[in-house]
Amino acid sequence: MIPASFDYIAAKSLDEAISLLGKHKDDAKILAGGHSLLPAMKLRLMQPKVLIDLGRIKDLSYIKEEGGQIRIGAMTTHFQLETSDILRRSCPLLPETATHLGDMQVRNKGTIGGSIAHADPAADWPAAILALDAEIVASSAKGDRTIKAADFFVEMLTTALQPGEILREIRIPSGKGKAAHAYVKVRHPASGFAVVGVAVNLSLDGGKCQSAGIGITGVSPKAYRATKVESTLKGNALDGKTLTAACAHAADGIDVNSDLYASAEYRKQLATVYTRRAIELAASRVK
Amino acid sequence: MAEKTVGKPIKRTEDPRLIQGLAHYVDDIRLPDTLHAAFLRSIYAHARIKSIDISAAEKLPGVVAVYTGKDTAKIGPVPCAAALPDLKVPDHRPLAGNKVYFVGHPVAVVVAETKSAARDAVDLIEVDYEELPVALDEEKAADAKSPVIHEQFGTNVAYKLTAGEGDIEAALKSADKVIKQRILHKRLAPIAMEPRGVLARYYPGEQELTLWTSTQIPHLCRTQVAIMIGMPENKLRLITPEVGGGFGSKLNVYAEEALMGWISMQLNRPVKWIEGRRENMQATIHGRGQTGYIEIGFKKDGTLTGLRYNVFADMGSYFQLLTPAIPTLTGLMLSGCYKIPAIQINVTGVFTNKMSTDAYRGAGRPEATYVVERALDLVAAELGKDPVEVRRKNFPQPDEFPFKTATGLFYDSGNYQGALDKALKMADYTKLREEQKTARKEGRLMGIGVSTYVEICALGPSSAMPAGGWESATVRVEPTGKVTVLTGASPHGQGEETSFAQIAADELGVGVNDVTVIHGDTAIVQYGIGTFGSRGLAVGGVAVYMAIQKLKDKAAKIAAHVLQCEKASFVDGKFCADGKGGAKAPEPVLPVGQAPAAALPEPHTGGKTLSMQDIAMEAHVAKNLPADMEPGLSATAFYEPKNFTFPFGTHIAVVDIDPDTGEIQFQRYVAVDDCGKQINPMLVEGQVHGGIVQSMGQALYEEVVYDETGQLVTGTLMDYALPKAVMIPHLELGSTETPSPVNPLGAKGVGEAGTIGSTPAIVAAIVDALAPYGVRHLDMPIKPEVVWQIIKNGPKKNSAGAA
Repeated sequence: MIPASFDYIAAKSLDEAISLLGKHKDDAKILAGGHSLLPAMKLRLMQPKVLIDLGRIKDLSYIKEEGGQIRIGAMTTHFQLETSDILRRSCPLLPETATHLGDMQVRNKGTIGGSIAHADPAADWPAAILALDAEIVASSAKGDRTIKAADFFVEMLTTALQPGEILREIRIPSGKGKAAHAYVKVRHPASGFAVVGVAVNLSLDGGKCQSAGIGITGVSPKAYRATKVESTLKGNALDGKTLTAACAHAADGIDVNSDLYASAEYRKQLATVYTRRAIELAASRVK
Repeated sequence: MAEKTVGKPIKRTEDPRLIQGLAHYVDDIRLPDTLHAAFLRSIYAHARIKSIDISAAEKLPGVVAVYTGKDTAKIGPVPCAAALPDLKVPDHRPLAGNKVYFVGHPVAVVVAETKSAARDAVDLIEVDYEELPVALDEEKAADAKSPVIHEQFGTNVAYKLTAGEGDIEAALKSADKVIKQRILHKRLAPIAMEPRGVLARYYPGEQELTLWTSTQIPHLCRTQVAIMIGMPENKLRLITPEVGGGFGSKLNVYAEEALMGWISMQLNRPVKWIEGRRENMQATIHGRGQTGYIEIGFKKDGTLTGLRYNVFADMGSYFQLLTPAIPTLTGLMLSGCYKIPAIQINVTGVFTNKMSTDAYRGAGRPEATYVVERALDLVAAELGKDPVEVRRKNFPQPDEFPFKTATGLFYDSGNYQGALDKALKMADYTKLREEQKTARKEGRLMGIGVSTYVEICALGPSSAMPAGGWESATVRVEPTGKVTVLTGASPHGQGEETSFAQIAADELGVGVNDVTVIHGDTAIVQYGIGTFGSRGLAVGGVAVYMAIQKLKDKAAKIAAHVLQCEKASFVDGKFCADGKGGAKAPEPVLPVGQAPAAALPEPHTGGKTLSMQDIAMEAHVAKNLPADMEPGLSATAFYEPKNFTFPFGTHIAVVDIDPDTGEIQFQRYVAVDDCGKQINPMLVEGQVHGGIVQSMGQALYEEVVYDETGQLVTGTLMDYALPKAVMIPHLELGSTETPSPVNPLGAKGVGEAGTIGSTPAIVAAIVDALAPYGVRHLDMPIKPEVVWQIIKNGPKKNSAGAA
């Protein structure tokens, strides 16, 4: 439980962090809360030579509404998201997701940027930001770049971030995740990570589904948008028949994980059942 | 007179320091110049060590020494105290010799100036292994075709043992029906919150070694470590500071404890090793690990005729302190709380390429209770009777105690009907069954499980124990009237500092806060045995009580002398003359002999009564004592219990199953436990809570998994599922009090009751919920996926369980 030796640098600004990352390249890892990185280092599964800590950079931690978007700084803690008045009012799906995440200690120290950039296949945030059509802002020496959530998760523990880039901000289009929203989750009994986690963001009009964003985590090597479920819901009333038809596609074309706790067959069943429960919960919240 | 506290739920005096982080565990003891040790452990389950190259590790800056099995071969074997006929005992040295036998087997130890240097150096040791075929499953490993772990034995069978009384063949033949069931008790990891840890300091001048270690048995550990490293026992002082839980895993003597002592003697510097959680999963003992076959014979009316249990017990590759003895406890308790005329257990103890099994909360008894309770449910299902009815049918009546079982025990006292009735009433059982009928009509899956258990506690009479079953206590009243209790039953979370203080306070007429309970230091406390087997109170607490009686005898003599009467009695916390209360006490008297010197406090003799503090002052000033009486006010007792005690109870679990996912939700959990006389009901509830939670872990989540090559798959707490508070339902607890006649406190013990009584109730509830699918038995842990598969496959008749 003792990590290999490493250098620790507390960056004072994002520019300094970017410059340090440019200097140390693959030898460096960004420390953004550390709730995945540090345990891996303690087990010596990861042995970075340099840790660049973003924790002292004050202007990376914020939640604000600006330009038709909700903007969340990468270093905003899970607890801040859970308790944000802005989010509770404008995007309650995010605070709801936060309550499912780890425990109080983790939520106090872990950050949304750290979690998303780590891209654990069973983390909670990816499901929510996929469902919300979020954008991710990456900063590098070349400036800022915006990546759509749907393009961000490449494979297990791998994102669209390029060498030299640091995740700076998450942007949610205003109005998403406000009305018909829900996050439901089957917790792994040991790790607390998602065996299946489903985030739902619907817009309903006269009982019919106008648009749907459904993000699913824990089921496959990377979180994904359940596009076939979304398209089946669209334009239809959310009756039992539609839901059955739609949710049967919850893991369509997906490479489903299998482990000691849940086989691929069972996990697929959980995805189907919990997708339906998430949609029903979301729909019930607009009545 | 301080208010009496026995029987009252007073708060633990230990808790403020624990909750505030002010307590001192081994790792909190910091000595100057301490070196740090780290272990290289085997990455293979079975391999020959062809060579070990430590040269690079030795060269790393900060490294002081690297030791391998060759260097430490002179350290004696890790002890096994269990004596069984024809037991094959492997030579278990602290570090591996030319073979490794399990993943986590210590191969080398690095000692360095810092923890980091020690850990870094471990990675620089190069071991050339030749992998060997593995034997993992206890049943398959017993087969003659299995790869053999200890070549010198030519077999993996460590021992075979048959026990029980009555003609089992005839008993099963006389039955109207015999049901057979294969049953698994998976390996569990005890996972004390504080892992193991050792700090050793050797003073070469004094030739004294002090060992701080996180153990349940300080004195036994001292004796054994002294033997292992060849030093006089009385030059070894062993201290257990705060111990953060053990659950039996620290009822042991480990290689690391002897190694740290030995290393400190080699280097003449303190050396510390703190176990990491991954090491804890690999190299601290595991519990359970049995594959068994039940045969239960019964009459059409539900009367049991005989029970046979053939069991393969997984030993792991080596024996730890009690490894082979654990299944014998299973054998002892196979009668459960029932009249079974004939019982037989056939144990095959089997070596496997895994960490040793040993005592884990319940230690053999949860296995027995689970076997008996599952068997009773199978009988009930076969006969179409309510499980409660079949249990009641076979209970001994309260007037039949002491009750002799076909396993050779005499149950001390019991009222199984009383606890059952109370639990049924609390749960409103009849109504629950009605609700279940409705639920089934509506297609909902609701299940009710009932377990009526008895366990064996207060371990135990020395004749039945491997290394003494008594316990010791010294009670001393200091000159200021403060009371010091020294107990050999060193606790590791049980709250004995509170409960023992309650006993002493009430007996001596002082406040609980006037009593200090000291334990876990072999230089202070007379020899003792330790805390395990639910013995802390019923043996250790009784020793305290016994010592107090001796002390009170002496105090009464002093009181009579001072009060100038024939006999003084202790009434309401005060001594008075002739036992008639203070009213008829004689007039104040002057001290006999010379007046005290001015500097000495004046003994208080002027009133009609004397407090224990007055007597203590007299005893220490020693100017007015009866002729030939020794000064001081202290007494020691070594209490030898005449029998075990047998707590019992009823647990009822009610579950709902989600038909779409197989997920299991507790609707109710009711437990009525009878642990005899309760000293502190709050501590009792705490023990029951913890036990039930661990039991829920076993029933639903926990399982140590090794893959087919012997790699430990559940190597961290990210994989091994311990129950969290959020997974636990509200526990509705009740109790009955049937005093034990075995000891003057009437106490029986409660430390393990929860883990023993609970698992059968939970499994029964799930099986009951799935009864419409023909399910009669499921093996633990019962995961949602297993349940979902059963539901998916649809109803069928007699799928699992029935023979």
